[in-house]
Amino acid sequence: MQHAAIADQPDELHDPQSFITKYIWSQDHKVIAIQYGLTAIFVGLIALVLSGLMRLQLGFPGAFDFIDPSSYLQFVTMHGMIMVIYLLTALLLGGFGNYMIPLMIGARDMVFPYLNMLSYWTYLLSVVVLLASFFAPGGPTGAGWTLYPPQAILHGTPGYDWGIILMLASLAIFIIAFTMGGLNYVTTVLQARTHGMTMMRMPLTIWGIFTATVLGLLAFPALLVSAIMMMLDKILGTSFFMPALVSLGESLDYTGGSPVLFQHLFWFFGHPEVYIVALPAFGMVSDVLATHARKNIFGYRMMVWAIVAIGGLSFIVWAHHMYVSGMHPAFGFFFATTTLIIAIPTAIKVYNWVLTLWQGNIHLTVPMLFAIGFIFTFTHGGLTGLFLGNVVIDLPLSDTYFVVAHFHMVMGVSPIMVLFAAVYHWYPLITGKMFNETLGKAHFWLTFLGTYAIYLPMHYLGFLGVPRRYFAMGATDFIPESAQTLNAGITVSALIVGVSQLIFLYNIFWSMRHGKPAGHNPWEATSLEWQTPNVPPRHGNWGPELPIVYRWAYDYSVPGAKLDYIPQNHPVSEFEQTAGDHGEGQ
Amino acid sequence: MKVLRVLREKSWLHEPVAAGEAPLYAGPDTSAAARTALRFFMIVVSVLFFLFIITFLSRSQYPDFEALAGAPWQPFTDPSRLWFNTAILACSSLAMQLGLAGARKQKFNIAVVGISAAVFFSVLFLLAQLNLWQHLQSMGFYINTNPANSYFYVLTAIHGLHLAGGLAVLLNVVFRLWYYNSPDTLSASLQLCTIYWHFLLGVWLVLFALLTSQPDTINALAAMCGF
Repeated sequence: MQHAAIADQPDELHDPQSFITKYIWSQDHKVIAIQYGLTAIFVGLIALVLSGLMRLQLGFPGAFDFIDPSSYLQFVTMHGMIMVIYLLTALLLGGFGNYMIPLMIGARDMVFPYLNMLSYWTYLLSVVVLLASFFAPGGPTGAGWTLYPPQAILHGTPGYDWGIILMLASLAIFIIAFTMGGLNYVTTVLQARTHGMTMMRMPLTIWGIFTATVLGLLAFPALLVSAIMMMLDKILGTSFFMPALVSLGESLDYTGGSPVLFQHLFWFFGHPEVYIVALPAFGMVSDVLATHARKNIFGYRMMVWAIVAIGGLSFIVWAHHMYVSGMHPAFGFFFATTTLIIAIPTAIKVYNWVLTLWQGNIHLTVPMLFAIGFIFTFTHGGLTGLFLGNVVIDLPLSDTYFVVAHFHMVMGVSPIMVLFAAVYHWYPLITGKMFNETLGKAHFWLTFLGTYAIYLPMHYLGFLGVPRRYFAMGATDFIPESAQTLNAGITVSALIVGVSQLIFLYNIFWSMRHGKPAGHNPWEATSLEWQTPNVPPRHGNWGPELPIVYRWAYDYSVPGAKLDYIPQNHPVSEFEQTAGDHGEGQ
Repeated sequence: MKVLRVLREKSWLHEPVAAGEAPLYAGPDTSAAARTALRFFMIVVSVLFFLFIITFLSRSQYPDFEALAGAPWQPFTDPSRLWFNTAILACSSLAMQLGLAGARKQKFNIAVVGISAAVFFSVLFLLAQLNLWQHLQSMGFYINTNPANSYFYVLTAIHGLHLAGGLAVLLNVVFRLWYYNSPDTLSASLQLCTIYWHFLLGVWLVLFALLTSQPDTINALAAMCGF
């Protein structure tokens, strides 16, 4: 039985009437996306400030009285958790997922708009609960973003009481929010594609978001299970993860639980989480590269297969985060092997991005600069991952700055480079205005070179054996004094990069009012989101009739075509068909 | 396989469809969308319980773990109370099926009776589970006295919460029927609720089997999982 979606029903049933229904309790995917985006950027800025405070202590130890060992650990923990979960996951899936899915597949909205709205408000609640821990007795947890028991809930760890409880509660709420949103994204992609939009005609952005959402739906339950069980260990004294132990000279009531069990659960979530962040970024960067190089993405089918393969493999590599926890050598071998295997589809993607640029008509716009920057930072972070994926190399490097440098390059800087590329690329669509190109380029160079100034030296500190998470080094024979000089340099770079993000914020807010009108499809892109009758798209996206899709999303520079792009909703003429079929073998 | 066929499509080769030939597309089928969402939701819930069960089996191999069945003093050596609760849940599932059959045949009296009975039995099941908790506590089996107890409370609580969530959705369906008076969408909604009820009965049967397993069975399962 065919039912009309809510967004397809007559306007009087669904069109928002008041300010409240239009901008606050909105069910429009675009408004919800912006709500997600602004909230995520807000908490992300808090996490950025926290990282600045951390770096002040590391670069200039003892110079700032308000940073003590406890607050330092709290900054580290909250910085990590906010950046990974509440910024990256929320912005990539809640923000871009919400905005792009209906527009790119030719739908009017998500299939469950009310659930979508509920998802955002639940996410906001999780953020409020998380931030409340800053004001709770004892402050937020300082257990590290991995929250390993037993120390996470024991005396001696900052925020061992309310801090950890609020963190676990916030995570549980976030997972509920994500599940509501995730079910919506997956269902919308599977069920609401417009006529002609086959799965393999979807832009890679949608493939990345779709696969990452499936990963999230399967991986977040592991975090939920561990959060529930640790919460019970903390509040009701169960012994899921807590071993029998003596704390402060006192024998505790816990009996024989397994901290390693928590680690397995955490990383069963934690490693797919890397790809929950990375896959949407992979997809978006592919579209930005193709559009600004005026060339079809190289090996589209292989790119889709690689996304799917990476998604599948990401569930069988988790224990490479646990080599130092101890495991049977055969398991170490297994997880090292799977980790190296996942490098194959990942490398295919990198080659294909580079080959997309090869002989392309490259326009060095701001989004393109960030996209090319991503190829550098991701390759760099990926290659150091090959070192850490091997057991024998990981053991000496574990818990050093090498690891910090690796994961910041691969899942900190790289997705954020793509996020900037994506914001600049879709800014004209979202706001109807162009951003300031000069400010955008200044932002790119400061960020790109600045992140290298931060993370490249960190690898060397890691080789020297400088451990992560230490408040201060103290007297250590094997680390030369020059390491401290390097640390101070890293801090200066980090502060410059941090402050340079104000250029970005200024640019997006200033341009909203003062930017030049973007007009229709300023990048001359082929994908559907640029083909809406109005810019920015209005409620319902498409006017009276949904678009019909005739081709894939990468018909750039088709031989014989009048323009160097043919939108997806452009019918196929006989001539184009011949030219397209002969010109673009994959 | 359909998935492989989809992934093999060469989308850069154009379909010979010209303007005006493609049919107009009115929008997604919301019933199909709801079915897809329910399937994914059941997968998510299955993963959740699967992970709990895996940790249960892993934790069972530590020396302080005492299974809740086997020895005469363990509460589920005689699982008659659990069988009773299971029967209640099965009745609610059957009642849902009855309600669905009524809705499909446009016999709304039967549908209302079925839904009411399902709500009644579901609430009764939740109360019976709470009563079982009290019974265990009166016997000294508190949540923190043994990991097997902890798992019992946690698994029953999570299962109960999912049933309570299902009840909220079901009541929403009833409310919509009453408020908007749109019986034609009832059977589609009720079908999804019924599938979910059967699913939760299945989950409960797995949990029941696990929680009343004797130590030898648990050890064998744990060994099969490599613990």
